Amino acid sequence: MLLRGGRVIDPSQRLDAVASLLLSGGRVAWCSASGDPMPAGPHDVVEAAGLVVTPGFVDLHCHLREPGYEHKETIATGTRAAAAGGFTTVCAMANTRPVMDERSVVELVLRIARERGAVRVLPIGAVTRGLEGKALAAMAEMADAGVVAFSDDGQPVWDAVLMRHAMEYGLMFGLPIIDHCQDPALTKGATMHEGSVSARLGVRGWPAVGEDIMVARNIELSRLTGARVHIAHLSTAGGVEMVRRAKAEGLPVTAEVTPHHLTLTHERVLGCGHGLAGLTQGEACGSPEPYDTLARVAPPLRTIGDIEALMAGLNDGTIDCIATDHAPHALEDKLCEFDQAANGISCFETAFGSLMSLVHRGAIDLPLLIGKLTLAPAEILLGSGKQERPAGRSPLAPDGLGTLAVGAPADVVLLDPGAEWTVDPDKFLSKGKNSPLKGVRLKGRVVATYAGGVRVHG
Amino acid sequence: MTAIRPGSPPGPALATGGFRHHDVLDLDDFALDEIELVFHTADGMKDVLGRDIKKAPALRGKSVVTLFYEASTRTRMSFELAGKALSADVLNLTASASSVTKGESLVDTVKTIEAMGVDVIVIRHSSSGAPYLAARVVEPAVINAGDGWHAHPTQALLDMYTIRERFGSLDGLKIAIVGDILHSRVARSNVWGLAKVGAAVTLCGPPTLLPSQWGGVTDTNGHQDGLPPPRITFDLEDALDGADVVMALRLQQERQEGGLLPSLGEYIARYQITPERLGWAKPGALLMHPGPVNEGVELSSDVVRGVQSVIDRQVASGLAVRMALLYLIAGGPQ
Repeated sequence: MLLRGGRVIDPSQRLDAVASLLLSGGRVAWCSASGDPMPAGPHDVVEAAGLVVTPGFVDLHCHLREPGYEHKETIATGTRAAAAGGFTTVCAMANTRPVMDERSVVELVLRIARERGAVRVLPIGAVTRGLEGKALAAMAEMADAGVVAFSDDGQPVWDAVLMRHAMEYGLMFGLPIIDHCQDPALTKGATMHEGSVSARLGVRGWPAVGEDIMVARNIELSRLTGARVHIAHLSTAGGVEMVRRAKAEGLPVTAEVTPHHLTLTHERVLGCGHGLAGLTQGEACGSPEPYDTLARVAPPLRTIGDIEALMAGLNDGTIDCIATDHAPHALEDKLCEFDQAANGISCFETAFGSLMSLVHRGAIDLPLLIGKLTLAPAEILLGSGKQERPAGRSPLAPDGLGTLAVGAPADVVLLDPGAEWTVDPDKFLSKGKNSPLKGVRLKGRVVATYAGGVRVHG
Repeated sequence: MTAIRPGSPPGPALATGGFRHHDVLDLDDFALDEIELVFHTADGMKDVLGRDIKKAPALRGKSVVTLFYEASTRTRMSFELAGKALSADVLNLTASASSVTKGESLVDTVKTIEAMGVDVIVIRHSSSGAPYLAARVVEPAVINAGDGWHAHPTQALLDMYTIRERFGSLDGLKIAIVGDILHSRVARSNVWGLAKVGAAVTLCGPPTLLPSQWGGVTDTNGHQDGLPPPRITFDLEDALDGADVVMALRLQQERQEGGLLPSLGEYIARYQITPERLGWAKPGALLMHPGPVNEGVELSSDVVRGVQSVIDRQVASGLAVRMALLYLIAGGPQ
């Protein structure tokens, strides 16, 4: 298949040029930018003129909910939603039921993904058994089964001793430990960012320091153990600065940020139309009333100052990549009292469109943004980043991931950066309709997605 | 203008035309003229309550459910008597006595109440914002009788009504609210309401019982949706200096257990309102408390029963104000 005449952006090759790309046998077979002659055809031609062609997006952080919570999402629906969002590789968190804390669950997820998945699923094993924070999960067993990282995401590994042991034990595999940074005491009962809006609404706030303290702890434990640490969904200005310093010191620390922490603020809890940083609300609206549970997420949406710090961190390389933290929920998980509601945002299908608002307002360049969605997360999975000394990798993470180099998997997306559309969660392929962006006008759309050369969206 | 219907309570303000609320969730979205309409209507209700037969037929054939997920005596009783004085059928549902304990959700519960044809749901809930959820999913009017730390709009209205009864107007008065501001729905609603009527509010308490930030919320889209900033001080003398009204809040025992206070004794030593400290306020300043009072904690026993205390007046005002709200919400032509 020949993708002809698109603007090809591949940060791995520092490529940003109008070019044609040939996909063959599930791999990238040729790129016109190489100057080599095109292999003899005939080829099916897809016109990509006017579109942007990039590697398929790689998401280090999502919740596919299977096994155990199939009413929220399944691997089949979640990976189709991922494909619709331009993602061809997604890393599934361990907070399933049963918890992905041993080989059998990892193998189950991989089998379901093989049979019913639309895109590549890479499992993340739990750090502690049952996510209980008391004893280490079967890390070596899971590493053998192919997990790409370890995380208790959804909650922190609060016990510093256990986290130290996890990092030390994990040195055998060289896989990153991903931590959800939340101090349990400072955030007990907290349901949103602590600030003017929580004071106004009379809800228990989660202060930024409740995240920062754990970011600092993890950085120091990385210094102590030498282990690779990846900070999940960084949301605070203070956290950005700590990661920046850790990187300057050469520690093997990486970090991600979500699309919603870059485009929404805590004021979003006041109702739709509020708290949009660079986004525009259309006429449709989820709930104009305050206590909008769709804006409940952990860590919480924060302030415009935090967004500015996160953008600075993205631009200067402090924050390696963007991850969705796609967290689908059923209607009843959100249609309840604010303090009873589940945390999480269904993000796959709005990620690219909302991130493009950053490009349109000049906060980040398109090639850099694409790098944060492709090469950078792939380097973390492959252990090929500059910062990562004791690097290991899962056998399931293929060479060429996140690139369009010849021989790489034919994971490609076609993007229309100027296409305008209105978010309608009812049309999501994800079972999770829990999006705070209902009715928001986005400019930037995923036109088609190819996974291993197979068209999985568009 | 709405015609005055036979049997309506007497008083000059019987029309509901100026009242634009379907629900009463907080005072943040009340306009000044609506607050004045409530007061005016409450004046008429006070007349009804002064009669031998304390009953008007304004809500005959209407039904009011009080749905309380938290314990309450005075607020619930006040709503029940208010509804009955207007001839409404009043049903009381408590969380422990209903299917709530069987795991029925708030949404299911209010939808069931709606299906029974109820006109007004008065809800108290420990979750801030719960009445907004109820109002979103059902058609009957929802009145917030206290939600979490967030709001208690009928308490604020009755507090303001009590002050107005004494001073005639609230404009320009200095009000000191003292105590556990952080966890107080009474304080939050009063800050809104008092700001709308032109009173100047000072909040006072130990730093652990004050919100870390409390100012206007101007969101990234330029929406002004915040609390008008009250003055905040830790110093009781500073707060009470020149005050026309001193409003003390109930201190929950669990604040001490939660590590917010070293001891009740330290709170008492610094923040209890005593006759001497009440002297820091203007002569004749009103002493208020939403009740129930922990005598000897936030107030000394002698000020509770002192000449400046209007705590009993607050309770009486509560009945008239809640009658007024029920009438304005459900008594007009549907």
